[in-house]
Amino acid sequence: MSILIDKHTKVICQGFTGGQATQHCEQCIEYGTQLVGGVTPGKGGQEHLGLPVFNSVLDAVKETNATASIIFVPARFCKESILEAAESGIQLIVCITEGVPTLDMLEVKMRCDDLGVRLIGPNCPGIITPGECKMGIMPGSIHLPGKVGIISRSGTLTYEAVKQTTDFGFGQSSCVGIGGDPIPGSSFIDILGMFQEDPATEAIVMVGEIGGTAEELAAQFIQANITKPVVSYIAGVTAPAGKRMGHAGAIIAGGKGTAEEKFKALEAAGVYTVKSPADIGKGVAELTKW
Amino acid sequence: MNLHEYQAKQLLRSYGIAVSNGVASDSAEGAKEAALSLGGDRWVVKVQVHAGGRGKAGGVELVDDIQGVEDFANKWLGKNLVTFQTDEKGQPINQILVESCSNIADELYLGAVIDRTSQRLVMMASNEGGVNIEDVAEATPEKIFKVAIDPVQGPNENQADKLSSSLGLDDRQKIQFRDIYMGLVRLFLEKDLTLLEINPLVITTQGDLLCVDAKINIDSNALYRQEELSLMRDPSQEDEREAEAAEWDLSYVALDGDIGCMVNGAGLAMGTMDIIKLQGGEPANFLDVGGAADSKRVSEAFRIILSDSNVKAVLINIFGGIVRCDVIADGIVDALTHMGVEVPVVVRLEGNNAELGIKKLAKCNLNIMTAIGLEQAAELAVKAAKGITQ
Repeated sequence: MSILIDKHTKVICQGFTGGQATQHCEQCIEYGTQLVGGVTPGKGGQEHLGLPVFNSVLDAVKETNATASIIFVPARFCKESILEAAESGIQLIVCITEGVPTLDMLEVKMRCDDLGVRLIGPNCPGIITPGECKMGIMPGSIHLPGKVGIISRSGTLTYEAVKQTTDFGFGQSSCVGIGGDPIPGSSFIDILGMFQEDPATEAIVMVGEIGGTAEELAAQFIQANITKPVVSYIAGVTAPAGKRMGHAGAIIAGGKGTAEEKFKALEAAGVYTVKSPADIGKGVAELTKW
Repeated sequence: MNLHEYQAKQLLRSYGIAVSNGVASDSAEGAKEAALSLGGDRWVVKVQVHAGGRGKAGGVELVDDIQGVEDFANKWLGKNLVTFQTDEKGQPINQILVESCSNIADELYLGAVIDRTSQRLVMMASNEGGVNIEDVAEATPEKIFKVAIDPVQGPNENQADKLSSSLGLDDRQKIQFRDIYMGLVRLFLEKDLTLLEINPLVITTQGDLLCVDAKINIDSNALYRQEELSLMRDPSQEDEREAEAAEWDLSYVALDGDIGCMVNGAGLAMGTMDIIKLQGGEPANFLDVGGAADSKRVSEAFRIILSDSNVKAVLINIFGGIVRCDVIADGIVDALTHMGVEVPVVVRLEGNNAELGIKKLAKCNLNIMTAIGLEQAAELAVKAAKGITQ
């Protein structure tokens, strides 16, 4: 078991024939992902990476029965691409692209919620269920099929958590990068709930960062709904207020969204926190006694 | 991206919103002419900088003769204003805004933000205008009235009326408030704003509503479709190194410490700063080289990090997902060879082609220490900054 994706998930790629998409789709295929085709308007009928290219998501869904789409189109076209996928029967959308305007995301998020479509990202590394399906840009080789579910707002910190849980031999059930934007398609809470229901997930690692209130809300949710052990790290204790730290959503605004507040909320909710990003694997070992 | 007050007010006017009369100028002579053209015998003169707290820092004055306008402009133009929001150097003053004086009966607050928690555009209003609204929100949250706006359907007059009732406005002001409210929300949505504040929105002694100060932030990710606003950018108000880094698609924030950091990924870059602190050191900067780092960008990142004379050691922390570690290694060797980097450099490579990268660094005979794992990397960098190498 796993969450969101497994070896049966049929995936298409939007922006399929672009440079980034090509490079990462090759790696996804190599990893074993059932990539069944892609969409690039105007290039329908062609073949790319040995797979059919379609003009629209609707055509792709009709021909391939895909249920998931990974999006690599430039930021200015993301709103249109996400909505096209959501309205064409795609159930799971992963948007990798960074730099989508926030107002576009407000609308996209609302429409996806109305349609009951799950959106992960944008500005994220994607999702992986180790050994089964990779829908993202993470390096496949550091993963190990196993029992820790990982959720993170940061790409490379996800890899850090993955590497450490692999080195300890625990492995991962699924890993989800929800992305570093102020309005993400899915929140910590959405994914925490799925890990709680997933029998393969025996412990959860949640990696947060400064900005917003997603970690505080997650803390309340964990206290009320999560019975599995949770280890958490929050990046940005040393980040100055009022400065955007790389991610659009990583900013302490009006004194709110500090790492200290988030650590405090998580600890009050009974979450096991680690103060160093190098201690995530160790934290899981200490908490679970594995 | 931020706008100056005078630019924000131009935008408000173009949306038909009642704003105090004013003219911005970059010379004392121009400021004097502005005052004469506005007429009257009292003016408010305001320095134009991207920072709050101007009033308390002496950057806003009420003057009642033309000479006062000229004196104020001569005193400030070309200088820097230091407020509680700036660094110790302050922000350069290139423009003075001269405004007609309004007779104020009451000060309100009106602000629009994208609320991350509810994922809606939220308009906030309060009778506690003219003060720091964050303090009001903290001490007396019940004094801030809010309405959420559907991003697809946009604003409606019922929302405006709800706020004006809470504010206790009279019937005439209610009609004026509708125009201001509808205009502000339209402006916010059409111009891709992330923050819009009118503080204060005043009620004049004649009983009319008037926007007396305005603050606008624009979503940098949307500038491609906001050409008019892009032209309003004022590079003089931005940190030079941050702006330079941005030209190379590097995200850089200067800090006070002595260990320069070069990391891929924003989260890991913050994590690297945190672990340096845990190991007893102080990070000199945040720097995300991004997902497409190549030799050129690594060199540029080095240049920006080392332009800070406090830097005594550099920690490079790369977890290759998209980026290949051997390409980064080439970039490091290239930069160190050509730039004459004198401080010790600690490198930790992990992920995509890490082994090959480490091999390349080991072969190059430069002042590089390679580390295994994040903790060891931080430890070595902290020691190196203190002059201890191995």
